[in-house]
Amino acid sequence: MELNLTKAKEFYYQMLLIRRFEEKCIELYSKQKIGGFLHLYIGEEAIAVGVMNALSEDDAVLATYREHGQALARGISAKSIMAELFGKMEGCSRGRGGSMHLFDAKTRFYGGSAIVAGALPLAVGMALADKMQNKNRVTVCIFGDGAVAEGEFHESLNLAALWKLPILFVCENNRYAMGTALKLTESETEIYKKAASYKIHSKQVDGMSVIDVAKASKRAVEDIRENGEPIFLECLTYRFRAHSMFDAELYREKAEVKEWKEKGPLVVFEEKLKEMGLWSEIDVQEIENEIASVIDEAVEFAENGTLEPIKDLEKFVYSEVNHG
Amino acid sequence: MDNIITYREAVRESIRKAMQEDERVFLMGEDVGHYGGCFAVSKGLLDEFTDKRIIDTPLSESAFTGAGIGAAMNGMRPIVEIMTVNFSLLALDQIMNNAATLLYMSGGQFNVPLVIRMATGGGKQLGAQHSHSLEGWFAHIPGLKVLTPATVQDAYDMLTLALADPDPVLIFENSLLYNSKGSLDTKVTPLAIGKAQVYKEGKDITILTYGINLFKVLEAVESLEKEGIAVEVIDLRSLRPLDDETIMKSIKKTHKVIIVDEGWKSGSISAEIMARINEQAFYELDTPMARVCTVEVPLPFAKHLEDEALPHAKKIVDVVKKVMGVS
Amino acid sequence: MPSLGADMESAILMEWLVKEGDRVTKGQVIAEVETSKGVIEIEVFEDGVIEKLLVEEETECKVGVVLAIINSDSEEVSQVKVESEEKIVESQKELVVETENERLKISPIARKKADELGVDLTKIEPINGVIHLSQVEAMSKTISKIPEKKEKVKKEKNGMRQAIAAAMSKSNSEIPHYYLSTSINMTPALNYLAELNKERSIKERILPVAILIRGVVLSLKETPQLNGFWLDDEHQISQEIHPGIAIALRKGGLMTPALLDAQNLGLNDTMNSLSDLISRTRTGKLRASEMTKQTITITNLGDLGVESVYGVIYPPQLAVVGLGAIVDSPWAEGDTLCVRKVMQATIAGDHRATDGRIGAQFLDKLNQFLQKPEELV
Repeated sequence: MELNLTKAKEFYYQMLLIRRFEEKCIELYSKQKIGGFLHLYIGEEAIAVGVMNALSEDDAVLATYREHGQALARGISAKSIMAELFGKMEGCSRGRGGSMHLFDAKTRFYGGSAIVAGALPLAVGMALADKMQNKNRVTVCIFGDGAVAEGEFHESLNLAALWKLPILFVCENNRYAMGTALKLTESETEIYKKAASYKIHSKQVDGMSVIDVAKASKRAVEDIRENGEPIFLECLTYRFRAHSMFDAELYREKAEVKEWKEKGPLVVFEEKLKEMGLWSEIDVQEIENEIASVIDEAVEFAENGTLEPIKDLEKFVYSEVNHG
Repeated sequence: MDNIITYREAVRESIRKAMQEDERVFLMGEDVGHYGGCFAVSKGLLDEFTDKRIIDTPLSESAFTGAGIGAAMNGMRPIVEIMTVNFSLLALDQIMNNAATLLYMSGGQFNVPLVIRMATGGGKQLGAQHSHSLEGWFAHIPGLKVLTPATVQDAYDMLTLALADPDPVLIFENSLLYNSKGSLDTKVTPLAIGKAQVYKEGKDITILTYGINLFKVLEAVESLEKEGIAVEVIDLRSLRPLDDETIMKSIKKTHKVIIVDEGWKSGSISAEIMARINEQAFYELDTPMARVCTVEVPLPFAKHLEDEALPHAKKIVDVVKKVMGVS
Repeated sequence: MPSLGADMESAILMEWLVKEGDRVTKGQVIAEVETSKGVIEIEVFEDGVIEKLLVEEETECKVGVVLAIINSDSEEVSQVKVESEEKIVESQKELVVETENERLKISPIARKKADELGVDLTKIEPINGVIHLSQVEAMSKTISKIPEKKEKVKKEKNGMRQAIAAAMSKSNSEIPHYYLSTSINMTPALNYLAELNKERSIKERILPVAILIRGVVLSLKETPQLNGFWLDDEHQISQEIHPGIAIALRKGGLMTPALLDAQNLGLNDTMNSLSDLISRTRTGKLRASEMTKQTITITNLGDLGVESVYGVIYPPQLAVVGLGAIVDSPWAEGDTLCVRKVMQATIAGDHRATDGRIGAQFLDKLNQFLQKPEELV
């Protein structure tokens, strides 16, 4: 994959957008503009940006409850995500889903699942349907290291491999399942090896490097389109913020967080661009300004959004079609 | 065009017809292909439709049920067969957290036109882990539809209806019914999902039931009629949605009702129905409502105990007589 | 000894009406007992032969004591299930039958249907403690139709609830009532009766209600304006006095049959006629004239402890006399404060026909008569 200036600017913009968007979310959550759970992606931006870069419009994405980054990188507007966080009808899930359940048919973004590993079986079915319908599409399923302990992870990997389904499994290994370190819960902490045991081609990637993730994803997606078989990427990363807003972070040392922040995705990317001589071509302040206005617009849009009328409370429990 | 076939054949014919008419339809589940189905429902279908559409799954209820949901969201019309309701508990996460919620959670963007069939019920000396009747449980969940075919006609029709439905539908087939025979008319327009059927009219008392208990009720009715009690028998057919209209209409006629439910009493569908009658037809009642449910025990293996734990005709007769004030 | 009320602890077996060896049939009255509320008949509920009378006459027995053994036709030997029927009129308080305090169980549809059909649920005998739809439907068939014209209602005295409802509504909307009340010292009258009854057998005793009716009738002779009708905007005074006596039925409902030509009845005759009237009312054997000729109504709720009764006039009558409970009350006589048996007597009059003054004269007369009970004989 060639990293030209345009792509470099795009990656930087997207990662910074996710970062600034979530920083704004923290502020709005503190002001009680946003309710419910709020799980932040800060520190893991490189994965969302790198993976989404590899997809075409036709592909489908299934993510977890920590999915603001994937949603933004996939192209769901900051406005509709922010409106969703505000619980407004203009939100991408009509205010029905919230932070953990972002959905968007236009970009084939299938959530936002808040049951750990719960989306893996869905990805199997999505890919099975594509295969049965001879559609050359890829289903990307993103989940964390916590999912690895669930039965659904193993059942799904087995089925994907057994049935040769076009799925890109992306495991964001940020080393903690909520507050419990991976080494305390897994006998084998090299997650990609578990995938390999199902005969899935699998690989460990530096999840802090957007270039590495982008390269690996692009290649994986091309391979899947070519062979129709699943691929598994384990992206090593780190969550800079707490698990959710209400988390005292008793389970990890501040020094560890600091250490990881020093090799965070924006820092690493800047260094890489400097090496490549592209950094001087990037006007960071201009990007910051642009992002600031996008976020301001998003907040304003969300503030001015509509609350769904109570009379529609029961709408969409079932489909609104006449099927007598 | 009437012909006498078994319940099993009716389900099979319905699957076959759907698969012939709609290439989006496929069947997936444990032992549905090479084995021919645990209850031989899908016997022969593998040869006809190949393993591309009759898909044997590993014992991964959660994954293949979830796969059914994913496939349904992505253009297909899957029929997922969960061998028995007992194993559906391993897929509860997918059924409840995904199938039932996705349309709502996505603000109406993604519907799940999935059909899940499962064998259900006790009465075969299979012990506590293989004899569940959880249809009432599933009927608790908004977003799902719950069907309980009792007759051969419904065994055939309900699958057709479920496949035509845009939302997840669970069909509970009592395994003791697979060998039962009845007439099937494939030309008749099926009675819609959510419609109960007045199986037999009567003026004295209404019995609401579903699934296999329809036949236990009919057995009871035979002896009750000899004593001059005219029973109206309603086959609920659909536990979610419930056909409140038909239920209340009958109560307005007979003013007395008992419910025969294979579930346990506490928190059962019969409890729900009683609550609705109370809400909607309290002033039509002439006697307290009564019900026959499964005794609240994990079902025992010993036959005499299991027989007594389940609803049976004599219990139904006794409860009806008690309500009618005759001994 | 059957329990005849929650507050009954014992009663005196006054008289056996059967002897050992007698054949008795279901419903037959076999004894009379005197309770704090008066004499009540005891009837049997099984066919059989009296094997043994276990209690002698004039013996006080606690509730639950076995009074007799009946050799039942259905069983070898069974202790008599003695139940009681309140005797028709044995005391003033018997004028209105007690209603059970126990809540009647009525199925929801039975209640709804009864409302629609105007069936009085208290008249239905529950089966196993509950009234069901079929009973309401059966009962509705036996109820006479509601008169089509309101004018007819006033003569349809057996129309039960609807008839009462129609008449009372008419009364309330058409008749401008006035109400008057006075306290009457009943001690002289009660003492007089006690004296009078001393020599008499139970059946011949005069009850206070009789002397009260007699008093009302004689007072009406003095104030005839209250006795008669308001018909076609005309005040019609009746020469005959036919007081309608409010009688509660056992299964609920109220009838006010006329005690015909009461002006011709002395005290004894008043008592006898009243007993007869109540008996026939409760067995449904009233004559047509008794149903239609009332010229005034006398009502009494004293047995329920009510002290004052303000009645609603039964059209086209002119007044209703209300008699309350006789209660021990402080009473001033000259300079002395003493305790006397006191009753509130009220009159509701039709203001179109009479003024309060006439009503007041009536109450004053009644009071005077009751102070000189010997004049009432």
